[in-house]
Amino acid sequence: MDTHDPASPPASQADARPVLEAPDIARVMTRIAHEIVERAKGADDVVLLGIPTRGVFLARRLADRLEQITERKVPVGSLDITMYRDDLRLQPPRALARTEIPGDGIDGKLVVLVDDVLFSGRTIRAALDALNDIGRPRAVQLAVLVDRGHRELPIRADYVGKNLPTSLRETVKVLLAEEDGRDTVLLGAKQTSQ
Amino acid sequence: MQRHLISAADLTRDDAVLILDTAEEMARVADRPIKKLPTLRGRTVVNLFFEDSTRTRISFEAAEKRLSADVINFTAKGSSVSKGESLKDTAQTLEAMGVDAVVIRHGASGAPYRLATSGWIDAHVINAGDGTHQHPTQALLDAFTMRRRLVGRDAGLGQDLNGRRITLVGDVLHSRVARSNVDLLHTLGAEVTLVAPPTLLPVGVETWPCEVSYDLDSTLPKSDAVMMLRVQRERMNAAFFPTEREYSRRYGLDGERMARMPEHAIVMHPGPMVRGMEITAEVADSDRCTVVEQVANGVSIRMAVLYLLLGGAEFQAPSTSAAPARTAEEN
Repeated sequence: MDTHDPASPPASQADARPVLEAPDIARVMTRIAHEIVERAKGADDVVLLGIPTRGVFLARRLADRLEQITERKVPVGSLDITMYRDDLRLQPPRALARTEIPGDGIDGKLVVLVDDVLFSGRTIRAALDALNDIGRPRAVQLAVLVDRGHRELPIRADYVGKNLPTSLRETVKVLLAEEDGRDTVLLGAKQTSQ
Repeated sequence: MQRHLISAADLTRDDAVLILDTAEEMARVADRPIKKLPTLRGRTVVNLFFEDSTRTRISFEAAEKRLSADVINFTAKGSSVSKGESLKDTAQTLEAMGVDAVVIRHGASGAPYRLATSGWIDAHVINAGDGTHQHPTQALLDAFTMRRRLVGRDAGLGQDLNGRRITLVGDVLHSRVARSNVDLLHTLGAEVTLVAPPTLLPVGVETWPCEVSYDLDSTLPKSDAVMMLRVQRERMNAAFFPTEREYSRRYGLDGERMARMPEHAIVMHPGPMVRGMEITAEVADSDRCTVVEQVANGVSIRMAVLYLLLGGAEFQAPSTSAAPARTAEEN
């Protein structure tokens, strides 16, 4: 899931430091696309599923690049994990996002989950549960733009854009042109008020 | 949103649009091989039905089960209520069993409000129809059906029904569906017209946020959706109109009348339909009639309401408990 906390004021972004800029993000996405093709030996049965909101945009970008590399359309969709979260009862109800599974489904396919930031791993656990109710993929892999560490579950990413060692007092915020008007990854300090 | 859903009038425009948008996502669960979400696992919901109902109870039950809640069905017939137990005692029994939400249908207007505000129970209360007062989830599923048909499935997300002309025809006097619909449709920006014989309009209808007409034929060409209400014979203890034949000639919808509606206009009915009375078989079986769609949409709407009331943290709950400081940005 994204690190967009509606309560965090833009003030914190002012002193946030960019760790990836637009050209870096573009290069990283191209590299991940090549890695997927290499590991899947051609990406014949790859289905990309982005986790809303920003994972979906990243999944679409990956799909475009995979198409350029393999000259074949790669199915891309979205997987909303809100209803599968383990912290639903700790907060007021969240708005749901769209789950869009490509027409051919995911049975027997290689599903690559795409998210912006990998942190505790709880989102991915929820995503695996959600996938379970939709079908039975041949295998599931995980691609993330940023891995910031601090895992709370035995989960790791197969494709990582950038490993970013962080402290728990820091925040990582991914901004993407589709949603935020520009591409960048910001590393900032957490508000003490939380 | 409030803790309970008692009346459609309690919903703000943003609440209502949130429920409709949530229902749109819930509707997609019905297309999946496993039509179940784990969201309300471990929560107990009681369907407390003091009045007969098939579709509403089944619809709520389906919604509760799709969200993995534990469901207890309680019907007044054959229960302790038929032995003379009061609503208060029934409520306290449920409270003692640790119920998280009560879906209540009652013949007396105001029973759900009493249950929610009396302090007898802590559970969330969802009104599934009380007397001639309110039936909020019906109004929500009607609005959902209108938005899907008139605005579009995806185009409708985040939208209300601003400027749409909705006509409700028939037994407004006894209809909680009409009351809920007028409240909700007004909140959503629609222009509502009630069409009924004067005897079937309630006292004070002029204070409602809608137009009133006695002439169906002149209203039909100006309608984007026409909702036919059932003539509720079981609630009628006086002669409200001379004969059924006269009623259906003046206020029934037949093929000829339907042809006068705009091309895009839909025909709705909350069910159960009385064919030959307020609606002819020709209209009921036509493509423009959304009765079956309304039933399917009912499950999605009830899932959305249950999720939004029960799915998250309690509003009053102290946030200090188990919530770590990090929950705002988990990855």
